[in-house]
Amino acid sequence: MVQQYEFKAKWLPYLLVLPQMVIVFVFFFWPSLQGLWQSFFLQDPFGGQVIFVGLENYVRLFTDPAYSYGESFAVSVAFAVCVAGLSMILALFLATQTNKKIRFASFYKTMMIWPYAVATMVAGVLWLFMFNPNVGVVAWFLKNRFGIEWQHLLNSGQAFLLVTLAASWKQISYNFVFFLAGLQSVPVDFIEAAAIDGAGPMRRFWKIIFPLLSPTTFYLLVMNLVYGFFETFPIIHQVTAGGPGKSTSILVYKVWRDGVINLDLGGSSAQSVILMIMVIGLTVVQFRFIERRVHY
Amino acid sequence: MKRFLLASLALVMIAGSAFAAPITIDFWHAMTGKNGDTVQAICDKFNASQSDYKVVPVYKGSYSDTMNAGIAAFRAKSAPAIIQVYEVGTATMMAAKGAVKPVYQLMKETKQKFDPKIYIPTITSYYSTSKGEMLSLPFNSSTSVMYYNKDAFRKAGLDPEKPPVTWPEFFEVAKKLKASGMEGGFSTNWISWIQLENFSAWHNQPFGTRSNGFDGLDTELVFNTPLVQRHLETIYQLSLDKTFIYGGRENKANPLFSSGQVGMHFESIGGYANFKNTCKFDFGVARLPYYPDVAGAPQNSIIGGASLWVFNGKSKDEYKGVASFFSFLSTPEIQAFWHQNTGYLPITTAAYELTKSQGFYEKNPGPEVAIKQLLNKAPTKNSMGIRFGNFNIIREIEDQTWEDILAGKISVKAGLDRMVREGNAKLRDFERLNK
Repeated sequence: MVQQYEFKAKWLPYLLVLPQMVIVFVFFFWPSLQGLWQSFFLQDPFGGQVIFVGLENYVRLFTDPAYSYGESFAVSVAFAVCVAGLSMILALFLATQTNKKIRFASFYKTMMIWPYAVATMVAGVLWLFMFNPNVGVVAWFLKNRFGIEWQHLLNSGQAFLLVTLAASWKQISYNFVFFLAGLQSVPVDFIEAAAIDGAGPMRRFWKIIFPLLSPTTFYLLVMNLVYGFFETFPIIHQVTAGGPGKSTSILVYKVWRDGVINLDLGGSSAQSVILMIMVIGLTVVQFRFIERRVHY
Repeated sequence: MKRFLLASLALVMIAGSAFAAPITIDFWHAMTGKNGDTVQAICDKFNASQSDYKVVPVYKGSYSDTMNAGIAAFRAKSAPAIIQVYEVGTATMMAAKGAVKPVYQLMKETKQKFDPKIYIPTITSYYSTSKGEMLSLPFNSSTSVMYYNKDAFRKAGLDPEKPPVTWPEFFEVAKKLKASGMEGGFSTNWISWIQLENFSAWHNQPFGTRSNGFDGLDTELVFNTPLVQRHLETIYQLSLDKTFIYGGRENKANPLFSSGQVGMHFESIGGYANFKNTCKFDFGVARLPYYPDVAGAPQNSIIGGASLWVFNGKSKDEYKGVASFFSFLSTPEIQAFWHQNTGYLPITTAAYELTKSQGFYEKNPGPEVAIKQLLNKAPTKNSMGIRFGNFNIIREIEDQTWEDILAGKISVKAGLDRMVREGNAKLRDFERLNK
């Protein structure tokens, strides 16, 4: 029996949610609407000259080769998928290993969670130090032991690899916690029953544990894609600044550069509107499937 | 102690209410570390020198942060009186009609004594109209020079007191340095500012039409010439065997020089103090090399750095304060103090003479090389400076394309053409908006 409380005064609930709504409106809706509004104009940064251009800012994003928006879009997708894939696979592997009955298990677990406490910007700096082509430890090691010339300032593949590694490293901890919790909620009876039936460890993992983990996996997939798309700005900013050329200039980085550094307010607003639509899409997907989680 | 502080605080408050409070003048800047301290020291000196005005310097972050803060404040009608804006923002500030008060107007309106001739022409021209009216007050100015490792020169059997003067000599020396066992021969910062903009000015070649943009918004980039192509082609070829090493955009190549991996390096004279701290070897500063077959070379180099802009819509009294602060900033003593403490160039000839007479250059020969390079000849329309809208994006396009060239994705010729084509599109955008 669920108890239902009812407010006597009809206006009270509205009053109670009002502060929250004001905050949401002032800090979320208002700027979003402004962004939408500005995306239809060309204007100088001081707001002295404003020209209405309709959809021109959007059209240019997709037709002007100098904008290379398509390129940036492709890089962002590849980056987000690689980060999500790499960090989830590694996290799942680590979670299954620490979930075994081993010595110092809780110590490993603690250690594994630590990187999440590192600010994304700092994570970028750490990786940059190690891979600095001139003074980095790893770059030196690669060159002198393996004969690999590490020059991510010019080699776009290496630059992509570096930002992917840095962004994934940071995210492994987050995924690890969720996977570990997921693994611990898999009933032991199922696994024991399967073991008695003669299923080996690999078979038990793929036929029982992995399917039962699927809600966690799906949730993490969405979260990781969101992370890869939208929260990796500090890493790109710190490690490659979008270079070499434009090869790691992901959408969130580009929108910031064009708007804040290059003061192209119209073009940048148009980009942010597109990003907004993407976030809305991802949120819808996330809610849909998180609802479904209950029924697995 | 606490009681004493409280007592003195009370005293200050009483004193404050007894006399007319000085007019506060906000000054937003982007100087950190030693430079920021020097800004504070100069403002303190000004505030102590008179009691009518109080200049309050506020650090607002990087150059672009500061400019954005100024823009946002102006739109919210709470702009500071003075803001420091970097040289690439010059055209944007100029075009911001109604937002700024040109310095020559400010001085005229406030009847402040103002003689534009005391300033070094190559520095003020960057921030003046083509008629010579000063729009903003040059503040921290620098120019690009060549740094070279004297110890490495000795090791390679070269004369450390004879740095290369021409580009052909320079490339030979670079190869010798590399052959002497160094990681590479040379590197450079700021590919656009040093190897394109200053390179063009130094050879008295146009970087853009219409006096590099000084004469109108309908300017076009024209630096995809055989000379520039030859120059970048040579550097590209030398990058293949690592005689040239790429160290990144902006000033990110500095560690290559300070760690001794390359023997020669191009960087702003503003980096002189930094190298003095970080280089564990004897280094020298020399003028930029030039191609001897170009008539008129070397001309003069151009500046980089930032200037002080005055926002519109302030009270008359505030403007009086700003004007007297600007006059104070231009005195030889203050300029010499700024120059000697930060490494930025003095903006008046008197400050240069004063610094010379104080014997500063005997211990610090580097900055004088830069000043002499700026004063080498009277500036021409190719060497007054660069005045482009959307300049930041144009430089970014150049950076990106230069990386593509070095990665072998695009030829030098095609790369230069792309820089010019895409840069011109950005100039047209700016023209359209500010007609």
